[in-house]
Order: sequence, then structure tokens, then C-alpha cells
Amino acid sequence: MARLHRSQMSTVPAAVLDRRSAVPALVERPQDFLVVAGLAGTAQELTAITGDAPYVFGLGGAMGAAPMMGLGLALAQPGRRVLVITGDGELLMNVGALATIAVLNPPNLAVVCVDNGHYGETGNQDSHTGLGVQLDKFAVAAGFPVVWTINTEADLPEGRRLLREGGSLSFLLLRVKEGPALRIKRNLQPAVARERFRMALLGKH
Amino acid sequence: MPEFEVDTGTATWPHQLYGLLREHNITQFAYVPDAGHRVLIDRSLADMEVHSVALTTEEEGVALLAGADLGGARGVLLMQSSGVGNCINMLSLIAGAHFPLLCLVSMRGEFGEGNPWQYKMGQAVRPVLEAMDVIVLHVDRPEDVIPTASAALTMVFQSGQAVAVLLGQRLIGAKKF
Repeated sequence: MARLHRSQMSTVPAAVLDRRSAVPALVERPQDFLVVAGLAGTAQELTAITGDAPYVFGLGGAMGAAPMMGLGLALAQPGRRVLVITGDGELLMNVGALATIAVLNPPNLAVVCVDNGHYGETGNQDSHTGLGVQLDKFAVAAGFPVVWTINTEADLPEGRRLLREGGSLSFLLLRVKEGPALRIKRNLQPAVARERFRMALLGKH
Repeated sequence: MPEFEVDTGTATWPHQLYGLLREHNITQFAYVPDAGHRVLIDRSLADMEVHSVALTTEEEGVALLAGADLGGARGVLLMQSSGVGNCINMLSLIAGAHFPLLCLVSMRGEFGEGNPWQYKMGQAVRPVLEAMDVIVLHVDRPEDVIPTASAALTMVFQSGQAVAVLLGQRLIGAKKF
């Protein structure tokens, strides 16, 4: 039987938070942000939390796109706060984007990784974070000026504050248990998502 | 074959091209460093009115420019032909959502290439881009650069298309080995 090397150095505590309550508790007022949500769980839950609001661009493919889409949006809209919210698998697929984002250092961008340690859409295989890889340390090494890890309820208020009042680029790692995300039926046509996002923000197609 | 050693730093078209892009309100310049795009990269770094975005891989630039469009800004992705291969799945975002996309591709693996490693991807650039619904224009002569780039800008930002302008090795010169 093949064995994966589980990091022996990991001191990460077991995840205890349920994403169905932790994500809404962290984001709190999603209408304060322009949102890019990574494919699968995070796109589903942000669609559900906001009642399918037009200011959420939820991906259904193009895995690895969310952080860089957030950067392009944050640079284009310096007067608005931009929230990228994505899973550990999506972030890992283009983890170099953390380096690119940190070098640009836009003060109006926050990247939230909802880390369940698994590929929830494909059979719940362990992801690298589930085997001990620590994305918050990637963000520190990339040069994110603010990095905050949320392991328990007690860590949530500071996360909420940083999203709104941090005043600088930030990376928040929200560690959650395996399990389903909030979801409602959503339109998966990407052209529809683009059109309505631009209409809501810019008043044009 | 010294006639293929062209210094894009002394040619005038790269500077005209930068001016043209700026006239069309391009404010995000995304790139993986490349000698063929040296002038555009240096000009963007020196320009306080644009964002010069160094990427770790070209596909980041595709997603960046999609985000720029969501926010009402325009950008350009500068890459070498080898980088086109790194973008394939990310181009499904562009095609699916009808994002405008402008790419300038400095070619390797074609006219006078001395490095055999460059041929496979260089020769695959056009079919790969066309398979992902990116329109391909090709430039080999200095006098064609600005008219072709002007056409591409109209196609992208007026008509909403994804367009790649290939800057051929005959134009930018084959690197000596």
C-alpha cells in the first residue's frame, strides 16, 4: 500500500470548526466586499450566504484562478475591499500566486483560505494541508504583511476585524472540519456571472 | 546568421507599442520576464500610472486580467511561446465568461531557432490557442507591429474577443546558442 509522508514536524491542532457556521461568522457582512470565490465549496457557500448576489463571482472551473482574479480586481478597484475566498486545493494549484500578490501588496485585498484538508468534490482525498502542509506559513514566507490563523471560535473576532479594518493585504487561514458547505442551486454559466457582476459594479456589460 | 540578431531595445516599434497600449488605457501589464518584451516590461515598471505585475507562471496572468475586467480595467499579458502552454485550462475562464483578453507572445521555436527544446511548444502555440477560442494574429515585420496591435486592441476591447499577437522570431530575432 502506498504511503504518503505525513509531516512529522506539524504542530497543527485538529480542526474543530464547522464551515457552515464559521464561514458566515467570519465574512459576516459579505456586501462590504467584492467577492471572488474559488470553485466548489467556497463558491457554493458564498452564493448561499448572499442569496446569489451579483457582487460574488463564484468559479465553477478554472481551478487556481481565484487569488489572481482577486488581485486584478483589487488593482482595478482600489476604493473597494476585495475578498478572495477559496479552498486549500484551489489555492495549492497556483500557490505561486501568493508570491505575486504579496509583491504587489494591494491594501484592499484579503485572501481567505477555507482549509478542510481534503478535496471535498472528488472523493474526499487528503489534500497536502491535510498531511501537514501549512498555507499560513506559505503566506508569511511570501511576504503577506498580515497573516491570521483561525483554529477555534476564539480566533474569529480578530479575523472579522482584520477583514474590515486591517488596512493592509491580509491572508486568513480558516481551518475547518471535513463536511459539507452551505449550498443553494446556482447558475453555473460563467458569462452570466461576469455580466451581472459588471452590471452591479460598473453599470455596464 | 547575424541578421537574426535583432536588439528589441534599440528598435522603435517596442516603444511605439507601449505608447499605443497606454493610449488604449491598458493599466495592468502582466508578464513572466522575457527578452522579447524587455522594453514593455521596463516601461511598465517606470510608469507610475500602471500596475506592472510579475507573474510566477503565465496562467496567473490570464486570471489577473479576468479580475481586471470585472473591475472595469484593461490589461495585457506578455509571455513567451512556452508560456502559452501554461495557460491552457485557465483560458476556459476567458472563453466561458467572454472575458476580453489581449496577449502578446514573443515566439521561440520557429524562424532560426537554435535551441531544440523550444520547437515543440513554439510550433504548438497556434493550434493550442485556437483550440481555446483565442484568435491568433502573427507579425514578422517591424512596420506591421503597430497596425496589428491596433487591430487586436479593437478586437479585444471593442468586440470582446480573446486575441494573441504572435511576435515572430523574424521580428524579435533568434537568440544565439
